[in-house]
Amino acid sequence: MSLDGALTRRPRGAWLRLPRVWRSPLAVVGAAIAVAWLVVAVSAPAWVPYPPDAQQLPRLSPPGEGTLLGTDALGRDVFSRLMTGASTTIPLALGLVVASAVIGVVVGAVAGWFGGWVDEALMRLTDLVMAFPTVILAMVVAASLGPSLYNAVIAAVVVSWPQYARVTRSLVLGLRTLNYVVAGRLLGRSPVTSLVVDVAPNVVGPVVVLATLDVGAAVLLLSGLSFLGLGAQPPTAEWGSMISGALANFDAWWIGTFPGLAILTVVMAFNFLGDALRDAVDPTSRTERTAVGVASAPQSVELPVEEDRP
Amino acid sequence: MASDDPAPTAAAETAPVLVVDGLVVRYPGPPPVVAVDGVSLRIGAGEVVALVGESGCGKSSLARAVMGVERRASGTVEVDGAPVAPLGLRRRPLAQTGVQMVFQDPSTSLNPRRSLGAQIDDGAAVARARGSATAEPAVWLERVGLDPAWTSRHPHQLSGGQKQRVAIARALAAAPRLLVADEPISALDASTQTAVAALMRSLTTAVGAALLFISHDLSVVRRIADSTLVMHAGRIVESGPTELLWDDPQHPYTRSLLGAVPVPDGAGRIPAAPTEAERATWGDPAVPERA
Repeated sequence: MSLDGALTRRPRGAWLRLPRVWRSPLAVVGAAIAVAWLVVAVSAPAWVPYPPDAQQLPRLSPPGEGTLLGTDALGRDVFSRLMTGASTTIPLALGLVVASAVIGVVVGAVAGWFGGWVDEALMRLTDLVMAFPTVILAMVVAASLGPSLYNAVIAAVVVSWPQYARVTRSLVLGLRTLNYVVAGRLLGRSPVTSLVVDVAPNVVGPVVVLATLDVGAAVLLLSGLSFLGLGAQPPTAEWGSMISGALANFDAWWIGTFPGLAILTVVMAFNFLGDALRDAVDPTSRTERTAVGVASAPQSVELPVEEDRP
Repeated sequence: MASDDPAPTAAAETAPVLVVDGLVVRYPGPPPVVAVDGVSLRIGAGEVVALVGESGCGKSSLARAVMGVERRASGTVEVDGAPVAPLGLRRRPLAQTGVQMVFQDPSTSLNPRRSLGAQIDDGAAVARARGSATAEPAVWLERVGLDPAWTSRHPHQLSGGQKQRVAIARALAAAPRLLVADEPISALDASTQTAVAALMRSLTTAVGAALLFISHDLSVVRRIADSTLVMHAGRIVESGPTELLWDDPQHPYTRSLLGAVPVPDGAGRIPAAPTEAERATWGDPAVPERA
């Protein structure tokens, strides 16, 4: 029976629909660039032509004259520093996204699940953090902790978790009164078990999308703090501080341009990837884009996309 | 099955399974609504009691309050002599997992991310933990008329009626003493409604459980319920054995409900809705304003 064959196909849960992601060319480009940078981040120290801190080359030599991307004011190889910078920034950006997602999801889930004064207290705290401009608040935190790359990450976590809390809370609020959640409670599940078994799996998809989109923002925030001198300290090779150093030698365009391009490509790659993931997890946003079934209003949680951080 | 005594009415004469006394459910305003206004009822083991009434009369509030899902303003609910605690932040004690519910909307009754077998086994697990007789998920699927091989399927692969059968299987797998079904057939098509209702009756009476069956479909109620409660504006206005109620309704609201049942006699008669004047004579404290 042919119908039976159709029924026994694999469930089309969000994750199993993932292959549709690859139908979008931007997703493929984004994934390729992101994977390339991840490979670089992991392997760069092993194969860069010069140590990132070695001041052994002619100073301020342009690209192509002995080195691939030129040298900076201290005679360090820009290419080597660029590649090493990837292994500084990208793992920290990923770690910072994971940390803020975990904090935000826990706060949002507790607020949405328990409601009442717990919800009020946690959400007002969230509002408080959200009320400050992200970079300004991160600067305050980083400056008060003392400038270092790890303090910059802590500062970035402090300002990044509220968006996850918001999204998670709204999802949990909608889920907790669903019949199957109540049925689970009637079968003797504790609130925590119910949250983990019945509610959490439906929150994971949107949060992963949000986190993917947020990697770009995290890279921007970290390099922005480093650019301002609140993150990576010399002589650490980091993209933001490389651009900051380039300001002193404005004529040597290659010192700042290549780290800038590196930041641009990483941020764009993760944004493309996140967009494609969102379309895969949330079919309504895709139908809107292709202008089919526009009549139906979007019913999903709109994920905030912040692409305009410095 | 533990008992092969199929005489439900005789069993009902002994100790009732469900005892509800003076149950009140209020919703905060403005204006505050008294959805359930001092309802008392008793259901014996193996007995099927139907609760009928128009939408908004408090049927669902009563069901949810009995389960402890809805806050009770006052009144007591006891199953087998033990009070049913409100479902708050605490885990429901194992002893009370014999109180189960089937919901109106089958589309949200099952967790979309877990297999049917796993979800039915949730019910079977509490029955085993209580030491009650239950069966494997595949057996339960078969009992509710589905293919036992479907344990690894997921809810989106089923139709609404099939999902409702799985939800019933999960509730029954927990070996309930009391099963409350809140309009379990209203989301199903006409041909499935009677089958699912009859299925619920046969499976609950077989294990000697009490069944509170909420419906606005009187023709189905007539076929499965031992006795019927008629609810209007938060109160039970009439109760009695189903056949008696059908043949000789006492309360005017019951008569109007029965008068609204469509009869497929080919005469093209359209069911009559009660008029405002009729409603006024029922002593209805909360006649809804005309839309």
